[in-house]
Amino acid sequence: MKMKKLAAMALAGTMAAAPAMAELVIPDLSYRTGPYAAGGTPFSDGYQDYFNLLNARDGGIGGEAIRIVECETGYNTEKGVECYESTKGEGALIYQPLSTGITYQLIPKATVDEIPIHTMGYGRTSAANGEVFNWVFNYPANYWDAASVMVNYLLDENGGDLSGKSIALVYHNSAYGKEPIRTLEELSAMHGFELSQLAVDHPGQEQKSQWLQIRRERPDYVLMWGWGVMNQVAVQEAANIGFPMENFIGNWWAGAEHDVTPAGAGADGYKSLNMNRVDASLPVFDEIRTLVHEAGNAAGDGSNMGSVLYTRGMYAAMLASEAIANAQDIHGVTDVTAAMVRDGMASLEITEARMAELGMSQIGPEFSVSCENHGGSGLGIVQQWNAADGQWVALTDYIAPDDSVIDPLIAADSAAFAAENNIEPGCL
Amino acid sequence: MLYREAGDFKTTYVADSQTFPLKLDRIGFWVTMAVAWLVIPFVINDYWASSLLVPFLIYAIAAIGLNILTGYCGQVSLGTGGFMAVGAYACYKLMTSFPDINIMIHIVLAGGITAIVGAAFGLPSLRIKGFYLAVATLAAQFFLVWLFNKVAWFYNYSASGQINAPERLVAGVAVTGPSTPAWAQYLICLFFVTLCALIARNLTRGTIGRSWMAIRDMDIAAEIIGVNPLKAKLTAFAVSSFFVGIAGALFFSVYLGAVEVGEVFGIQKSFLVLFMIIIGGLGSIFGSFAGAAFLVLLPVALKWIGVDVMGWPTDLVAHFQLVIVGALIMFFLIKEPHGLAQLWRLAKEKLRLWPFPY
Repeated sequence: MKMKKLAAMALAGTMAAAPAMAELVIPDLSYRTGPYAAGGTPFSDGYQDYFNLLNARDGGIGGEAIRIVECETGYNTEKGVECYESTKGEGALIYQPLSTGITYQLIPKATVDEIPIHTMGYGRTSAANGEVFNWVFNYPANYWDAASVMVNYLLDENGGDLSGKSIALVYHNSAYGKEPIRTLEELSAMHGFELSQLAVDHPGQEQKSQWLQIRRERPDYVLMWGWGVMNQVAVQEAANIGFPMENFIGNWWAGAEHDVTPAGAGADGYKSLNMNRVDASLPVFDEIRTLVHEAGNAAGDGSNMGSVLYTRGMYAAMLASEAIANAQDIHGVTDVTAAMVRDGMASLEITEARMAELGMSQIGPEFSVSCENHGGSGLGIVQQWNAADGQWVALTDYIAPDDSVIDPLIAADSAAFAAENNIEPGCL
Repeated sequence: MLYREAGDFKTTYVADSQTFPLKLDRIGFWVTMAVAWLVIPFVINDYWASSLLVPFLIYAIAAIGLNILTGYCGQVSLGTGGFMAVGAYACYKLMTSFPDINIMIHIVLAGGITAIVGAAFGLPSLRIKGFYLAVATLAAQFFLVWLFNKVAWFYNYSASGQINAPERLVAGVAVTGPSTPAWAQYLICLFFVTLCALIARNLTRGTIGRSWMAIRDMDIAAEIIGVNPLKAKLTAFAVSSFFVGIAGALFFSVYLGAVEVGEVFGIQKSFLVLFMIIIGGLGSIFGSFAGAAFLVLLPVALKWIGVDVMGWPTDLVAHFQLVIVGALIMFFLIKEPHGLAQLWRLAKEKLRLWPFPY
């Protein structure tokens, strides 16, 4: 009896999960639970809301409805792999794992399964070399770009000379946090600044000793590669030891509203990078409000609209939908496959005219992707937190990274990966 | 009615002391083996392999390992995650240093290296026990994770600090790396599980297992009747770590393929394996399997019911998972402190008297 019931349930389950024909399936490996939920939730809300907007306004992409399959990873690699395996069979077109750890798991798997991965500003930096990583894209910018943009910004502040300065890097002790070290070491040798490294273990609630060390050594600048609860703790600790906040710069995953608000006025002046502009008055938000939220289709509680990470999630969804539309153009069919979406991503071009047309003028830099270069332009802006007004203020225009430093590093790292995995570099 | 020993005559000592004295158990065992070896490899797909069966089999090895130490020898350990990391990193270093040698040998050697490390960390158990030993093994857990994060030699100086399993073949079929077929992944784990379970079962029935149990039940009394505590405790640590090391090596090379030590082999892993043997049943090989199955399959089943069948939001289901698994752990511990293995034993007793149990 029990078995029968179970079997019936299993049957109902497979029937419910069976893909309806001619749908664009987009998995969302989100994390709305655990120590990284504060960042995962707004990103996922923005990602889903934009696809829901396309469904409501345009009937999907090229007339094909979009179906989002959400899977909770908790920022945990094992759950991420389970999510990938359970969603790929539904005809997934593109993965956006929002976790460097999960990205490392998925790069070899997705390459074999021929499903593209878009790791926007995270993941494996050397995936920018499209000849080795045919199925992985990390446009518009990557971690090594971020490190270089930070140093270029500091060079600019110091009249082009950083020699004798000391810079401390506070980083999440994981693949994510360790990514910029190689670039920063290179840059430190080039510009003559002294680099010290302070690792913070997952999840990052315990940082007393690191900030004690900063208090003792008084570095001129502190750079941070943090995520989740680690950011809030670091900003609070920096405020506690009285570190000058304007000399404390986080990367683009350490610069959202929820990272700075817990420290109150103490966080005023904290700086971070951003790869997209934050502007709550963009016309696209009005459309989402009327067509998605008021229709009752909001992902999450709808409270994150316009925040840094919501905007970035929406930006990621826009890049994905543009790539799908591009793939539909190239192949002349609307019901595209994952391999076609890859082609669409590899020849993607984002222009200001197109962004304005989509109601998100200037949200990101203009860039184009090619078979060889999956990394985009690598530009980033520096923004500063204004605690009194409770908003991020962009201090600079898009700053370019130093490609002469990064390109050889990418070539070396991707060559090592290719040798390790017997990959013959080349375009698909 | 069922499970009755009447008519199941034994005429030799060998027959009398076999692992499964009841005929029905023996049939059940061989049917399970036949299904596991001859049916599942032909029907398995990627999802079943990497979401359910492979983690279940690997956790079963780890649970057998910890059960030997905690369940049979009575030494509480919170260092399982750290010892799994030793197995994983040993396997990685061996795989990359000697690429021409068969991966199966590397996995066994990784177990051996973990056994040495485990025995070294087992030395304090000669002087301290109970909670104090738990704290000492906890130190091992944190030390080992820190070590693998700090010393770049262990991860071959890679920029991200991750270790990645290169592709390795067994009999011409890839068993590690991304192009591994699901059945190969499953079979290599099944091979090691079968081997480990057989070794563990026979060790625990012999002299050495009896000396472990004597130490567990009362160490002073055991010493008086001639059990050498040094030998018993250190062998328990070594054998236990051997299995845990094999589990760690498989976890890294076959299951995940890329590992970040702090996340994958952190303290949660130690607790997870400890929960497995507590729920499954301390001092029982079957209990190790039952506990591993319970904690691997239950979250996936709950997620499937919540998200795919009921259509609830994923975060709600993730929170419910924690609540339900936690509540079930408490329920089992209150209702049956000896775990699922004891439930199974009771069920057998009842079945024996069926249809008139009392």
